[in-house]
Amino acid sequence: MNRITNHQLYRLIAAHLAEIVREPAVLFWGIVFPILMAWGLGIAFTQKGEVHFRMALVKTITGQDTIKETKLASYLAANGVIKDSTYSMLLKNEKLGDVNLTFFETSWTNAFTMLKQGKISLIVEDRTTDTKYHFDPANAEAKTAYQLISNLSSYGPGFYNDNQSSIEPLTLKGTRYVDFLIPGLLAMGIMMSCSWGISYTIIDRRSKKLLRRMVATPMRKSNFLLALIIARFSMNVAEAALLFLFAWLYFGTTIQGSWPALIALFLAGNIAFSGISILISSHTANPEIGNGIINALVTPMMVVSGIFFSYHNFPDWTIPIIQYLPLTMIADSFRSIFNEGAGFMDVWREALVLTSIGTVSFIIGLKIFKWY
Amino acid sequence: MAELEYIVDVRHVKKSFKDVQAVKGVSLTIRQGEFLALLGPNGAGKTTLVEMIEGIQHPDEGEIFIEGKQWKNHQHELHQMIGLSLQETRFMDKLTAYETMRLFASFYKLDSHRVDEVFKLIGLEEKKKSFVNNLSGGQRQRLALGVAVLNKPKILLLDEPTTGLDPNARHEIWNILLDLKKEHNTSLLLTSHYMEEAEFLCDRIVIMDQGTILAGGTLEEILKLGGHHSLDELFINLTGRHIYE
Repeated sequence: MNRITNHQLYRLIAAHLAEIVREPAVLFWGIVFPILMAWGLGIAFTQKGEVHFRMALVKTITGQDTIKETKLASYLAANGVIKDSTYSMLLKNEKLGDVNLTFFETSWTNAFTMLKQGKISLIVEDRTTDTKYHFDPANAEAKTAYQLISNLSSYGPGFYNDNQSSIEPLTLKGTRYVDFLIPGLLAMGIMMSCSWGISYTIIDRRSKKLLRRMVATPMRKSNFLLALIIARFSMNVAEAALLFLFAWLYFGTTIQGSWPALIALFLAGNIAFSGISILISSHTANPEIGNGIINALVTPMMVVSGIFFSYHNFPDWTIPIIQYLPLTMIADSFRSIFNEGAGFMDVWREALVLTSIGTVSFIIGLKIFKWY
Repeated sequence: MAELEYIVDVRHVKKSFKDVQAVKGVSLTIRQGEFLALLGPNGAGKTTLVEMIEGIQHPDEGEIFIEGKQWKNHQHELHQMIGLSLQETRFMDKLTAYETMRLFASFYKLDSHRVDEVFKLIGLEEKKKSFVNNLSGGQRQRLALGVAVLNKPKILLLDEPTTGLDPNARHEIWNILLDLKKEHNTSLLLTSHYMEEAEFLCDRIVIMDQGTILAGGTLEEILKLGGHHSLDELFINLTGRHIYE
């Protein structure tokens, strides 16, 4: 036992781990924050119940001073609640979920201000002869609101309750937003933990001249890096296990595919980002530059790799590039294992590519590594 | 094998960084058990010279022998033989003093027995369980010195080991070094800003400025050079300024 505890690799791993677990902020950002994010986003985008649309209502009625004269107005007056120039109306549908509509009757100027402030997404211009809709067609929420109001205006509130029998709500596992989100968060956790935990630690220790001091001893350089990777990997396992445990208990997330495939991919993802982290931290001794380099690596991937929303909304020509980003490969493969029942044979290519990326980056990083 | 005359033998060493010539052809020697002080103001080239002896920097020209061996082919043996403390090294904040020492001891395959011995030597036994970031400046310097002597080095290379310390803390470090000399016949190369450190501790003093050696010898020898009464006076005469400028 003494031989093990006196070994430099053991001591280096113990030192790196002690530094991680003794820093409360590290534990918060590594463990608590991803769980909070999963909880917040999972609740926000999965919760059923009423959907609320808010609109401005501007009257352009010649010779009239009351809203009751138009078709939309007559539906609102008959089925809604009017209070201080605000009209509320509830459209009910058991399968689709209820929709709450609120119209703020106001002037053009005020309506535009509300639009700019994000309080409303649509301006309904109620005219004597017809109704006009003013909104940004690129805004999905505004578009849905427009479709609802134009139907309401044409057919009355009954339209929302029609054809219920043709709707079959999906209750399959793996189709909820949270099922999309959790594998993405697990993938992002690997990237963030490696890039900050390995790269920043190396840069910080270089700037404090600790690397220089350590290599002036018989310490094996490879042991130092290996220990850093092993310590970080242990933390990543704990972080991922806790996030999954939370998702399983709170959202009922399950793994429909193969556990060995998931473990292999988790390992490959860690190898990929450990290698990349060693490469990007191989030279600089300035923590501020290091900060910039790490952000330049992680931010674009966080945005385009489809962690929170599908990357298929990006232009078609970018998709093949995005699909081969390490974070995308991990997230997509995790999703196929979690939600589509994928096995090892479905993800071995990704696991191989990720392992190769990590190994090549590690070798190049080690070649150009500045210890002093 | 006949014992070598010098444990450190630096021959005509030069080193430049971009357009700055930090060391311009310096030669010096240290005998076993000898304490040598390298005095000079900031930017004199002291640290570069010491780092070349430590194997951290490589000379552009010239040769360095430590117990007759060069860094190029004897890295492992030389690492075992030397102990060093760099200027402004910061150990891991969240490790205790004991864990820090155990970590470095493991690089030399040393166990907890030697770590305990060193804590006694540096008088930091009561602070074993303190985190490094809770140690005072003097305690950190003693810890750095403890790490440097873990492997019972034949030669100690200390770069400004007492800079920023109060006189008491400085004296504590000096006493530890004198004990090492007495008990283990350790050689020492020390860079310093402090004249009294060189006078109190060292057998020989070398004065360096702008990458060259201006004077070297025992305190008496170098004072005799121009009939000076103190190192301060000699230094101003040689360089035209105070050592701390």
